Order: sequence, then C-alpha cells, then structure tokens
Amino acid sequence: MELMPYIVEERKDTGLFNAKLGIWLFLSSEVMLFGALFSSYVLLRTGGGAHWPHGSSILNVPIGAFNTAVLIASSVTMVFSWAALKENNLKKFKLNLALTILCAFTFLFVKAYEYGQKFGEEHIHPAVFLNAYSFLWTSYVNSLLHSGWGTKIISGASTLALGFLIFKKFKTALKFICGGLFLSFVLMTIFEFGSRTSHHYYPPSHNTFMAIYFTLTGLHALHVIGGIIVNGYLLGPGNKLWQTDPQRFTNRIEIAGIYWHFVDLVWIFLFPVLYLL
Amino acid sequence: MSGTHDIKEEIRKYWGVFAALLVLTVVTVSISYLKFGLVAAIIVALTIALIKGSLVACFFMHLISERKLVYVILGFVVFFFLSMMLLIYASYFSLPGGARYVS
Repeated sequence: MELMPYIVEERKDTGLFNAKLGIWLFLSSEVMLFGALFSSYVLLRTGGGAHWPHGSSILNVPIGAFNTAVLIASSVTMVFSWAALKENNLKKFKLNLALTILCAFTFLFVKAYEYGQKFGEEHIHPAVFLNAYSFLWTSYVNSLLHSGWGTKIISGASTLALGFLIFKKFKTALKFICGGLFLSFVLMTIFEFGSRTSHHYYPPSHNTFMAIYFTLTGLHALHVIGGIIVNGYLLGPGNKLWQTDPQRFTNRIEIAGIYWHFVDLVWIFLFPVLYLL
Repeated sequence: MSGTHDIKEEIRKYWGVFAALLVLTVVTVSISYLKFGLVAAIIVALTIALIKGSLVACFFMHLISERKLVYVILGFVVFFFLSMMLLIYASYFSLPGGARYVS
C-alpha cells in the first residue's frame, strides 16, 4: 500500500520524485529570505558610507575561516553519507551522518564563543572545550601559548606528520586522536587571535554593522539547528525506514543533504561579506 | 546497474570538490589581507564565493545532472532574487529630501 505516489520512482511529467521538487521549491523561498537580508545589508552599507567598519576590525577572521572549513567538511560528510547508502553500506552512512552533526555542533559552539566575545565575556581558556583530551592539553596548550610562532608552526607540522604516518598503518581510533591533536592546535592558535580581538559589549544595538551581523548569522544558526534536528532524527529513529524501504530512505537522505548544502552555501557567502569586506 | 562504479566515481569527485573548496577558502582569506580598494575587494571576494557556491551546488546538490524543471525553478529564483536586490537598492535613490537610512 502506497501512502503517497512518486516517493521513490519519478513522475513522468516532472522527471523527479516529489520530495526533490519539494525541497527545491522550499530552498527557493529560503533564497528569498536570505536575499532580503543581504539586500538590507547592501542598502545599509551604501547608506552608512564612511562610518561602516571593516568586518576584520571587529570580527575574528581566523575563527570565521575555521567555521567555514568546518561547515564545508560537514557538507562533504553529508554527501558521503548519501553515497554510502547508494553503496548499501549502513555503517559508513551512520559514521558520515554522525560526523556531519558533529561538525554542525562545532560550528554552533564556535559561533556561541564569538557571540560571547561580543557581550563582554572574559577570554575562556581553550582547554575547557577539549574535555576528552584535557589531561594532554594543559601542558600542550601551555607550552604552545607561551611559545613564538616558529614553535607553533613546528609543533603543528610535526603533529600533522605523525598523523599521516599513523594513517597508513593503524586503526581509525588512532586516526581520530591525531586528527584531534591537530585540530586542537589549530583551535588554540585561533583562540589566541580571539584574545587579541575580543571586545567588551558589542551587542546588536552597538552599531548597524553589529545589528546586521547578529541578524544574518543568527538566522543562519537557526537553520543549522534545524538541520541538526532533521539529521539527528534520520541518524536515530528515522533509521528504521532503511529496513523496510531503503530507496525511500536514501531519497530522504538526499533531500536532507540538499538542505544542508544550502545552509553551507549561505555561510560561504556570509563569511566574506561580513568578515572580509 | 553500473551503480557501484558510478558512485565510486562520484565519491572521487566529492573529494576533489572538498579540496577545491578548502583551497578557495584559504585564497579568499589570504587575499583579504592584501587590502585592495573596496570595489576590487568586493568583486574578488564575491567572485570566489560564487565559484565555491557553484561547486557546492553543482556537485554536492547534484545540480549538474539535474532535470530541466529544477533549472526552470532556479531560473525564476535568480530573476526574483536579482529584482528584489535591485528594487531595494533603487529605493535608496528615491528618499525624500534630507532623509538618510543610517544616522
């Protein structure tokens, strides 16, 4: 018994299964939503004239760049999760979707840190965020914090090198440890930049730039949260559909993926517009 | 069906696009430190963003091999999006005398 027609096979007239047409129509409306805010940004900036601050003087560019890389990585793992279902590999699908959600949380975490900086919070020591490795971090972070750039770069490079050496021989668990070590090095360097650019009390009401910054990134963050909820459902209870109707489940992942890539796309435009121009 | 072979080919493409996106991100950030004039900076930054966006849309969202109807829908989106931006921007030039958008 079919609940709805054309959820797996394509309609003859559109050439698409229904959900795919639906998601593209939904994304069209989302383009208009973000487009309206981007247009407001353009109008406010041209109206503001000489008083408009450069994004890099208020916002932390390395942190923004890191967040961009995180979201791009989440997009890649999302499409890999769909590809894994095409290969009938449920384990690989679950791993990649879990990584997507992890990257999404990382993005939100870093965003929350950035927001906190604007509301006058003291600089939080990065070791606080890295619970899993905290016993390693205290000494690692301290030594890197008090070292010059040369030492930082050498430490980062040797961690990378060690990581690559291990990738060839050992199991995935060790791969993650090395990835984490390298990631923490990057994070720590970025947070050091953060401590130099942190301000006290730059809320949305501070100036028009902060107003549009919080509006745009806040709306985007809400979209990320929505994506986390959908992907979380598909990773968890939504999984059951794979047992009964795998094609339909694969289509659902494809649709969720298209939404997630759109969220990434918006950030790809937001980052240069707010942080770099 | 040659499904499995196709998907392996697709996965290779995805890795390539991932690498390209990361490289372009680094390029965007590096160029911003060169401190061009505003107009040049806008053109460069938005061009690179457009390239990155196209890569995501074409390969991750499978637009490059999509059906005609989706292209038609997106055509409408481009038209309405550009119209909206132009109309909002044009409103700047029809303000009553003495009024400003930003104080």
